[in-house]
Amino acid sequence: MKRLVAGAVALAAAGLGAAWWAASRRRMPGAAKDPLASSRWLGITINRPPGEVAPDGHLPEPLARVDAEVRMNSAPGDRGTEIYARPRMRGEDSRTALRTALRETKSLLETGDVLRSDEEIGTTRTTLPGKVLDMALGRASEGGRL
Amino acid sequence: MKALCWQGVNELSVERVPDPVILNAQDAIVKVKASTTCGSDLHLLGGYIPAMRAGDVIGHEFIGEIVEVGPEVNRHKPGERVVVCSVIGCGRCWACRHDQWSLCENSNPSPGITDLMWGGTTAGIFGYSHAMGGFRGSHAEYVRVPFADYNAFTIPEGVFDLDALFASDAAPTGWMGAELGGVKPGDVVAVWGCGGVGQMAARAALLLGAERVIAIDRYPERLAMTARHVGCEVIDYTTTDVAAELRERTGGRGPDVCIEAVGMEADGTGVQRVYDGIKQRLRLEQDRPIAVREAIHACRKGGSIFVLGVFSGFVDKFPLGALMNKGLTLRGAQQHGQRYIPKLLDLMAKGDLKAAYLATHTMSLDDGPKGYDMFKHKRDGCVRAVFCPWA
Ligand SMILES: NC(=O)c1ccc[n+]([C@@H]2O[C@H](COP(=O)([O-])OP(=O)(O)OC[C@H]3O[C@@H](n4cnc5c(N)ncnc54)[C@H](O)[C@@H]3O)[C@@H](O)[C@H]2O)c1
Ligand SMILES: [Zn+2]
Ligand SMILES: [Zn+2]
Repeated sequence: MKRLVAGAVALAAAGLGAAWWAASRRRMPGAAKDPLASSRWLGITINRPPGEVAPDGHLPEPLARVDAEVRMNSAPGDRGTEIYARPRMRGEDSRTALRTALRETKSLLETGDVLRSDEEIGTTRTTLPGKVLDMALGRASEGGRL
Repeated sequence: MKALCWQGVNELSVERVPDPVILNAQDAIVKVKASTTCGSDLHLLGGYIPAMRAGDVIGHEFIGEIVEVGPEVNRHKPGERVVVCSVIGCGRCWACRHDQWSLCENSNPSPGITDLMWGGTTAGIFGYSHAMGGFRGSHAEYVRVPFADYNAFTIPEGVFDLDALFASDAAPTGWMGAELGGVKPGDVVAVWGCGGVGQMAARAALLLGAERVIAIDRYPERLAMTARHVGCEVIDYTTTDVAAELRERTGGRGPDVCIEAVGMEADGTGVQRVYDGIKQRLRLEQDRPIAVREAIHACRKGGSIFVLGVFSGFVDKFPLGALMNKGLTLRGAQQHGQRYIPKLLDLMAKGDLKAAYLATHTMSLDDGPKGYDMFKHKRDGCVRAVFCPWA
């Protein structure tokens, strides 16, 4: 019985922990809702000079394939190139796709590859706390502040 | 292959899982020779790092032999004996190029989680939850090592396996705390926690020229081990008022540099312990910052505090007033191992840095759950349990 109760407490705690974690991820407590959230430029800095990021003005892959407005400038200091983009289509899905494209473009230019996760050959199984976690995290792993 | 998997809060088991494979051209596969428990795993085990799924392979501090390399690995070949940094870096983003490897911008395939939680993407870490990239851990027969040219380091001849093992995580973490904490010749340094990390931090402080190093813990065997192997002073916080004792040993000033190597599950005495214990269990507070509070209070005016212990979210009763009015510097980081590992292996080869003594219990991978039980409850003087999958 004691074990059962302890197990239930642990499960509830893990679920609560995940939910709370996920809730705390959205914005800082007390921060105002951003009226420009859906139209802001997504910016990323690539540790390469502008001439290598867009030789002869050609946008790098996979960014070139996304339907987005794009601008870029050299970053201050020795930081490389700032790329800014925003999707022409409205909605969170196109912003998520653009985020992923920006991150992959950066990784390709900096490292020559996009790192894949071991999750592709999974070792995990589905459990109740795992489902709570999935719900809490949603598409957080592709999201972010970017 | 066999692997030690997280199954739920305080639940581990040894399972058969598919062998890892090369997924990127810059990957290598390492056959694990030894892999150790770390205090960070206790936070996963306790359910304080929530992005874990049943079946996740844990472990991140390890050595082994390279058995396969991807077509774009240039600096390593099969057959090499290597130590691998627990934190994964790409080697070419701005953060890696500036030796801030745990801030790598290309090594976490799930960047959004930490980006949203903390306002910035952090590096991937082996066996450390889906927030840190969902990489499999090293408590297994084999592990995939991404960006192998940057994350695997050939172990020089003459360095023993069990010394090199701790060059993966505990030793570079300790070194970082002392170096980025700003330890200078003549300083007095206090270290909270005499686990593997705290002991390596204390040793690093001495090697960087500290005049006196004072380490703090509650377990007599850990205090004795630290005094003997690190060669520093110690304080038992259960029988001593730490702040008063530190003042008395430093001419009333307090330590110049305070290194916290305890983390979010800190133990304490008196009211604080009860307060943080209850709040954390109810998930009203994510982390228990007892040692951090004490370090801030004890630190000399104008001194610095480095937080090595892992924290994940928000804390209560943070003494911001003391920090501001005493003009303190507070820093923290996951370890930038790649910056220190070559130097540490060198020190090990010369005999100036010893770490193998931390491995108090060596066992087979099948004994993984038992090893963690001993390590968690500090039974039988366990400082680190080390698993040897092929022994
Ligand atoms: N920053 C990094 O990259 C990094 C790397 C490795 C480990 N860590 C973290 O470092 C911490 C220590 O790791 P470890 O492997 O040495 O763990 P450990 O559990 O072996 O050691 C922690 C020690 O802290 C002591 N302690 C608890 N409360 C204390 C208090 N109030 N005052 C003084 N000592 C106290 C415990 O008795 C124990 O001996 C953990 O939080 C771990 O997650 C961080
Ligand atoms: Zn660790
Ligand atoms: Zn990097």
